[in-house]
Amino acid sequence: MIQTSLRKALHAATGPMTLDIQLDILTGEFLAITGASGSGKTTLLRLMAGLEKPEEGRILVDDTVWLDSARGIQLPIQERKVGLVFQEYALFPNMTVRENLEYGLGKGQSKVIIDELIGITELEQLLGRYPAKLSGGQQQRVALARALVRRPKLLLLDEPLSALDNRMRERLQNYILKVHQAFSLTTLLVSHDHREIFKLADRVISLRQGKISQPDLPETVRYANVSDGTFRLSGEVLQLEEAGSGFSVSVLIGTNVLRVPATMEDLRRLQPGDRVEVLVDAQHAMLIKA
Amino acid sequence: MDSGFAQTLLLTFQLAAVTTVLLLFIGVPLAFLLSRTQSRFKPILEALISMPLVLPPTVLGFYLLLAFSPRSALGNWLVETANIRLVFSFAGLVIGSLIYSLPFMVQPIQSGFESLPKHLREASYSLGKSVWQTLLRVELPNIKPAVLTGIVLAFAHTVGEFGVILMIGGNIPGETRVASIAIYDEVEALNYGMANQYALVLVLFAFTILALVYTINRRMLRTA
Repeated sequence: MIQTSLRKALHAATGPMTLDIQLDILTGEFLAITGASGSGKTTLLRLMAGLEKPEEGRILVDDTVWLDSARGIQLPIQERKVGLVFQEYALFPNMTVRENLEYGLGKGQSKVIIDELIGITELEQLLGRYPAKLSGGQQQRVALARALVRRPKLLLLDEPLSALDNRMRERLQNYILKVHQAFSLTTLLVSHDHREIFKLADRVISLRQGKISQPDLPETVRYANVSDGTFRLSGEVLQLEEAGSGFSVSVLIGTNVLRVPATMEDLRRLQPGDRVEVLVDAQHAMLIKA
Repeated sequence: MDSGFAQTLLLTFQLAAVTTVLLLFIGVPLAFLLSRTQSRFKPILEALISMPLVLPPTVLGFYLLLAFSPRSALGNWLVETANIRLVFSFAGLVIGSLIYSLPFMVQPIQSGFESLPKHLREASYSLGKSVWQTLLRVELPNIKPAVLTGIVLAFAHTVGEFGVILMIGGNIPGETRVASIAIYDEVEALNYGMANQYALVLVLFAFTILALVYTINRRMLRTA
């Protein structure tokens, strides 16, 4: 369990704002963080890693205090045991793939982990190459493997796949999922890609102006689980109208408009612009190829 | 005369070599700090380091002469406590050259550090490596061309030094008489042949060393 509470003043492109976040993350959870650019996602990750300092905050990882501003505790990044993967790969250009991986070894740490990671991320053919001779996808595979050499508890991925094309991205997603499970990691992923989040994450939070806000539409849809018999869709009320003998409410869900039968009571409570959740009974869901 | 020629050239390159080695140890940490600091005083420090670029060397030489003179507080203290006389001595020339060539070492290395993506060092820190380990194993190896440029510029610039040396070193054969001074001296004495010999050596030296640097830098860029 990771408990965090962080506050930091930021200067975003849109002006000053305060990052103010309370977040509990379960051990082994895969949490996606989304939100507009400048909403504080990367800063949140950097604060967790120890690359930046909050004005005030606490990070408790299991029973270890990583940060407690009230008690003046601030573990440096070197002691936090986090794996970090950047969008820019950040491989060391002066080292081969193998050297990049071995650089991550701690003093006296066995090299077994290196071979294990090479196997999982299928780097066998690339070991002698320098980063400049690798494709983006290959570089990010190396970066992912390198981030795990120290056997971190927490893996922080800052838009790791956004510079890759779709096919590469899907392959990398599989590797990420694989290592997340193989090393029982707790993973935080910053991403804009809803499909990616859908595929990888157990949970998603959305940041707006430095605060955790209601998840945007597609993320909520992700939790609709038809096998439960009902699923929830959240959306925005577009209009209320009379329909024949009853009433109906049009709700915008993603890019679709759903017309939902409504009661007199609903009409009184709701007005256009309200956010609502639509509960749908779905005992028999069918898939029809479009 | 020929032994004097060799002696002067040897002294010239000795001075440049000693200065460059010392500057490497001063310049790299200084460049590193400058590239990293967010202090308000950074521009002031940068201005101080870069002053020799714009100041006439005679100005620098003049103040060094005042400072080193046994009649000044510093010069007097040095003579009394350590029996070191910096005016008209090789040691004095080294100190003058250190100041004079400092920007040529610091500036390329500083911009080398600044051009490295910060993610590189952050990745290294996240792998448990200290600032020092990161500097030695990640940052310096990846700015080799910048370090090489600094070394060569500092060396070449010291070889070409004239005004500062004239002010604080004078023209003592085997002690402070370097090639650029010798050229001036020979021309004064209407020894154009001798002056030409010195001048030719310096021209060839400058060309060779610059050609070498550009070649090496090109190769490094290609492999990086």
